[in-house]
Amino acid sequence: MKPAPFRYVAAESLEHALAAKANEGEDAKFLAGGQSLVPAMNFRLAQPATLIDLNGLANLDDVRTEGGALRIGALARHRRIERDPLVARHAPLLAEAAPHVAHPQIRNRGTLCGNLAHADPASEFPAVVLALGARMRVRSTRGERWVGASDFFRGVFTTALAPDEMLVEVELPPVPARTGTCFLEVARRRGDYALVGVATVVTLGADGKVASARVALCNAGVTPVLVAVDDLDGAPEQVRKAIDPPENVHATGAFRRHLAGVLTRRALAAALERAGRAA
Amino acid sequence: MSDDKVKVRTTVNGARVERDTEPRLLLSDFIRHELGLTGTHVGCEHGVCGACTVLVDGVPMRACLMFAVQASGRALETVEGLAPAPGRLHPLQEAFRDAHGLQCGFCTPGILMTMKAFLAEHPDPGEAEIREALSGNLCRCTGYQHIVDAVKLAAERGR
Repeated sequence: MKPAPFRYVAAESLEHALAAKANEGEDAKFLAGGQSLVPAMNFRLAQPATLIDLNGLANLDDVRTEGGALRIGALARHRRIERDPLVARHAPLLAEAAPHVAHPQIRNRGTLCGNLAHADPASEFPAVVLALGARMRVRSTRGERWVGASDFFRGVFTTALAPDEMLVEVELPPVPARTGTCFLEVARRRGDYALVGVATVVTLGADGKVASARVALCNAGVTPVLVAVDDLDGAPEQVRKAIDPPENVHATGAFRRHLAGVLTRRALAAALERAGRAA
Repeated sequence: MSDDKVKVRTTVNGARVERDTEPRLLLSDFIRHELGLTGTHVGCEHGVCGACTVLVDGVPMRACLMFAVQASGRALETVEGLAPAPGRLHPLQEAFRDAHGLQCGFCTPGILMTMKAFLAEHPDPGEAEIREALSGNLCRCTGYQHIVDAVKLAAERGR
């Protein structure tokens, strides 16, 4: 199918883009990579009256560090996340998850911030930024605010963004010392949505014992699901109880729950091992 | 709603192109219907099959997931730009012919464009790398084995 007609606005500046969005609200959509939005428009599941194209804006694709935290701008594409040495050093979990996101051609165009604002609970990156305790920098003509990842994802394709707001940057806090991370998923085919995916973060104390461990899962509920793990051995059971995975033609809920347990055990073991090496 | 036309100024296989189009015109349809370059195929129109893959500033992207207007100021390459002259083939095309890397040929243009960029970055790829690079292109005929062979052959000859 073909998209319904819309008005096209090539944003000339961030202020121009925000003003256009403030003017039209829900009827307008920002166009960054468009790798989720355009398919939805091709199927006419989405029929925005106006598209505000951000692709001509300079400096929105920054990947930089500030005060030890990693900041990734609205137009930074998945391929950049996959390959940028700053991401590999400051947020290896994000780099590890990136190759699982769709296909190379999609990753050449799709953006991290666009993916997060789309808030597909089956997608990898929302779970990853939740596991890492990221913050979202949100702007509108009214000003700027920061939203924590745990407040950002509200439901299927639903976020804390107001109709006039744009996610302009995501900030990943510095990874604490003696911390290891791991991302694992099971998908039917390479590049497909995961049946379930697991991101783990394990931090050791100075005594070498586990000080904190958390697991975030994709395709395990209506939002990415975060589980603070009490003890590593009990984590698979804790995770199986905490999630409410979808049930559809690709897999039963029971199978996804089983997978979530298995992947949790493996990804925690890998993160623990990496934390030991980081010590 | 608006049917105001927008200006598309781009280059396709080195030739400058200018058209007035509806904003909603997909790049894939622009290439096929406005420019008559029907080598770029349209399969799924939601970014899964890879048949419409073209190079945008040298980078493989789905033409069905971009609007033509977004190609303004960019350099596009399609399968028609591969062959150096009429009656001659690009080395990648020759390798696909010699290794039987296609049957019905529907997926081939998207695969060739994807592999052109891949081999430029990875002149000596391993099989796992080739298969990963091919993961965004569906082929329903070959089972991929001969496609992988063709890419290996093209890499060998290119070294």
